[in-house]
Amino acid sequence: MEQWEEGDSTTKKFMFVNRKAPYGTVYALESLEVVLISAAFDQVVSLAFVDDGVYQVKKDQNTDGIGMKNFSATYKALGDYDINKLYVEKESLAERGLTQADLMELTYEDEDDDWAEKSSIILVSRDELAALMDEQHVVISS
Amino acid sequence: MAMLHIVNKSPFEKSSLDSCFKTSLAGSAILLIEDGVVGATKNTSIADKLSSELGSKNIYVLGPDLNARGFTDADLIDGIKSVDYAGFVDLVTEHDNLQSWT
Repeated sequence: MEQWEEGDSTTKKFMFVNRKAPYGTVYALESLEVVLISAAFDQVVSLAFVDDGVYQVKKDQNTDGIGMKNFSATYKALGDYDINKLYVEKESLAERGLTQADLMELTYEDEDDDWAEKSSIILVSRDELAALMDEQHVVISS
Repeated sequence: MAMLHIVNKSPFEKSSLDSCFKTSLAGSAILLIEDGVVGATKNTSIADKLSSELGSKNIYVLGPDLNARGFTDADLIDGIKSVDYAGFVDLVTEHDNLQSWT
């Protein structure tokens, strides 16, 4: 398998694929916990949001009424852990009547560009996501 | 009084809501809770189906579950009503029996 060109031999490309809405099941929160752990191991980490997973990054989540922790703010911290590739599948958004304007503004500071603030969210088509998945060393789906 | 149907699964992931639509009588009430609430929002691929069902059935969503997922009552398909937990209890008491579509 081809190594990631900028990494050393212990660096692998990880993609976490999120396919479930938050709160109804624990998958979204558990996946986010593992993503944060993986960041501590200096791996190349990206996230993909497909199917109901796109609801995880919906803006204006308010859990006051259901007595559960609102963990949506944690996605905003990912940029500080050098996790700045959050792929959101266009077709999944469209099927749910959503556009990028319905998503949280998730950003990171690009150290190679004078710390300019840039969006971490990248809208991709199903075909583009298939190609991105194919180039990973490890794909973890939940 | 008619039956209350409760659906707690996303219609984009499970067939629970579709089965509920097919197996519920006119005059029934359908309450969407937990991940089921996302089916009640506007402009989805199944919005026309819900609008059609609203012609003969009452559809409700549990507001706190809707808000948790980033939506408000303004995002609901016209005709779908939002209830709070007290309203949930009222629906249960107002109907003869209920079925949970898990």
